[in-house]
Amino acid sequence: MVSVPVSTTINSDEVEFLCRADESLLDVLRNRLGLMGAKEGCGTGDCGACSVIMDGRIVCSCLVLGAEAEGRTIETIEGMADGNELHPLQKKFIEHAALQCGICTPGFLMAAKALLDANPDPTEEEIRFWLAGNLCRCTGYDKIVRAVADAAQEMRGKRA
Amino acid sequence: MNFDPTYRSQKFRSVGTRPRRPDGIDKVTGRARYGADFNMPGQLVGRILRSPHAHARIVRIDTARAEAVKGVKAIVTASDLPDLTNGNQSLFNILDNCMARSKVLYDGHAVAAVAAIDANAAKQALKLIEVEYEVLPHVVDVDAAMLPDAPLIDKTLFTGGVEPTPETPSNVALRSEFGHGDIESGFAQADIVVERSYRTEQTHQGYIEPHACVASCNSDGTAELWVCTQGHFVFRQTCADLLGLDVSKLRVTSSEIGGGFGGKTHVWVEPVALALSRKAGRPVKLVMSREEVFRASGPTSATSIDVKIGARKDGTITAAAANLRYTNGPYADIWAELGAMTSFACYDLENVKTVGFEVLVNRPKVAAYRAPSAPMAAFAVESTIDELAQELGMDPVEFRIQNAASEGTKSSYGPVYGPIGIGPTLEAAQSHPHVKAPLGPNQGRGMACGFWFNFGGQTCTDLNVNVDGTVTLAVGTVDVGGSRASLSLIAAEELGIAYEDVKAVVADTATLGYNDMTDGSRGTFSSSMATISAARNAIGVMRHRAALQWDIPVEDVTWEDGNAKASGEKYGNLSPLSIKEIAAASGNTGGPIAGHSEMVADGAGVSFATHICDVEVDPETGSTRIVRYTVIQDAGKAVHPAYVEGQYQGGAAQGIGWALNEEYIYGEDGRLQNPGFLDYRIPVCSDLPMIDTQILEIPNPNHPYGVRGVGETSIVPPLAAIANAISNAVGIRMTHIPMSPPRILAALNRERNQ
Ligand code: FES
Ligand code: FES
Repeated sequence: MVSVPVSTTINSDEVEFLCRADESLLDVLRNRLGLMGAKEGCGTGDCGACSVIMDGRIVCSCLVLGAEAEGRTIETIEGMADGNELHPLQKKFIEHAALQCGICTPGFLMAAKALLDANPDPTEEEIRFWLAGNLCRCTGYDKIVRAVADAAQEMRGKRA
Repeated sequence: MNFDPTYRSQKFRSVGTRPRRPDGIDKVTGRARYGADFNMPGQLVGRILRSPHAHARIVRIDTARAEAVKGVKAIVTASDLPDLTNGNQSLFNILDNCMARSKVLYDGHAVAAVAAIDANAAKQALKLIEVEYEVLPHVVDVDAAMLPDAPLIDKTLFTGGVEPTPETPSNVALRSEFGHGDIESGFAQADIVVERSYRTEQTHQGYIEPHACVASCNSDGTAELWVCTQGHFVFRQTCADLLGLDVSKLRVTSSEIGGGFGGKTHVWVEPVALALSRKAGRPVKLVMSREEVFRASGPTSATSIDVKIGARKDGTITAAAANLRYTNGPYADIWAELGAMTSFACYDLENVKTVGFEVLVNRPKVAAYRAPSAPMAAFAVESTIDELAQELGMDPVEFRIQNAASEGTKSSYGPVYGPIGIGPTLEAAQSHPHVKAPLGPNQGRGMACGFWFNFGGQTCTDLNVNVDGTVTLAVGTVDVGGSRASLSLIAAEELGIAYEDVKAVVADTATLGYNDMTDGSRGTFSSSMATISAARNAIGVMRHRAALQWDIPVEDVTWEDGNAKASGEKYGNLSPLSIKEIAAASGNTGGPIAGHSEMVADGAGVSFATHICDVEVDPETGSTRIVRYTVIQDAGKAVHPAYVEGQYQGGAAQGIGWALNEEYIYGEDGRLQNPGFLDYRIPVCSDLPMIDTQILEIPNPNHPYGVRGVGETSIVPPLAAIANAISNAVGIRMTHIPMSPPRILAALNRERNQ
């Protein structure tokens, strides 16, 4: 099969790669670009472990083709912190013990970031429904929801 | 080594605080490396071909066409994993499960594997492997498998544990029995007897990370394995045995683990990856797909259980009996036995008898799942207890308190209890604000108790004091939920230094002595005991070094708050030597400072929990919503309370999924119909409320700090707590788990039509 050349922007860097036409963005990120922070929990769009933000929208990268990244802007977990300065969500996840095994964490952080980008003051119910596409088997979600709410509050404080 | 594990009450400085975990930053930045996040130079992609049949004889496997595919470097079948098990039946079962030999025994059983330069070549090759099957009759249902005319999984199997051994083979591998007293006379004394039958369906641990490994076999007989596992030392042993490697020559490194819950205590693909690598002469990465995870790894037993309990009008239970039938998959294990042991462990009973039957069926080999076998038994027993309380006109908590086990009780499975937490968790439930909160329409409240043994086991730990006085702690128990933080707290506490000055790592199999799995809630319990012992040994060395520096007898040196102190009047003018000063001088006082410990950590304290739950049942759809949930559990001593709460919440959430939705659905053809997260639905964020926790601390007398395992008990009560809540909400007694909307609706309709 012939490879497709793709030019895209990932975490503010211009990136070019070749991929097969049927290759998922997740496989491109992990296998071709060394960005292993997105995880494959299912490969069928059901777990959210592979979540990345594409043109401002949260997507399952296992359901996006690598070739579809052409001309887009993609944010992954590797670009969430500003150098050594963690994003408030990252800090709050650690502080609230919102991860146990942590395999779901990159996906949750991307989804939560997309939520707070769109809605800086979500209710508990809004948080729960927004994050319903991300599976976590360890935590029972309690501490995740608290961490997101706390991060939102802190970020609102900063904005004000 | 004369380590004294006895509990001593003390004021803690580090233990009981909630510092940030040492692996936190790696995990929130995507840098933590899990099973699939590791690569080796020249690595190939491995893939496994699996049986589409529930039960079939393998007549012929032809790999010629597959081998011809460009980029294919090796194909293995059972003949590449010869039987080296020497009559060890349980090892043979592992081998046969990793790669089917004469028969496939379930839908998803591995029959061949390919290593190729990329996934496409591997996939193409899988399609071209020709397997000729002779399909055999199959059975997946536990009760059907026990019928005399059921298809036999293994024609050479005669039920063990019965006298005399039966003359005809069956699917019942083993009968086990526990209890004491005389149940017949006990039931004769009862004013009321309740007898019910229950069923629970098979569930999966549902870890989000599929099994993954990278195997590399070298021509000199050495090999390396990178793998997500709950026990790399055990994996090393099993893989070395199956492949005929020297244990010392196989080095296993445990990756970060993306959930296990018991499911990563068993090898599945690892021996196959090693066999592929050995044949191809290159490293091989083998990652299971989600579908493979469901079809071929981990599930828990499906069960069918009868319970009979009798009580006097005054609320005293006079006798209790249970008959438990658990599926094992196609290989015999002790799942029903664990169910039989745990069934009545919460209660002080004069007459009790439980009988377990291990039943073989054409389903994947059952693996441990968090307090394995206990949730189903607790569902049956705690549902019956609730009904009995109702018939007696007693409050269900009061009824349980009256019959609860306590210190000195002879447990239903044998041992006599030390100080335990069942009574205190029940009393805490009684006074919890949750039980007084008002309920809305179609809402009901239920509660239930749970028990788990907890294990200790073989443990080895190294503690190195670095020249700057900071400490590196190397443990051999895999960190599944924050144990590196807990163990750093323990080391800091014992040494009297700051948490930040300790760095805990999980060592690989080449750098530390053998450790058992992280299972049985043993990770923090046993490694903390070993850490305390190692720290005490290091303190011994440091006292000795301080004595040398001061030129005084070591007996006159004590250790306090991270400092060596000269004791007694005569040394009053010597100012204390800190760990930093002693470490800095170590090069001149005898070299590096370290403390080691090797032990069998005995005395894991048993664990009890009481859960309270409110549900709302929609009478139109039969769907159930959890409105409020409270977990009360004894931790002995909560080392890092945030991660103890996390264990309580996570177990409760898994129990909620099991109770309401999760189940393996098999078709008539014996094939699994829902091998994915879309159709096997685990709880999502919007399904659950906050899960409140209350940690009780009843010290374990056999641990210096009183620690008990906390990881598993939380999954035991939810099935029954929710069933009891549903019964109180809409007046129907659900006896079949999961209590999914169709089942509840059917029960409601039956009730309406009566
Ligand atoms: S891996 Fe993409 S949603 Fe699960
Ligand atoms: S922390 Fe393990 S799956 Fe979420």
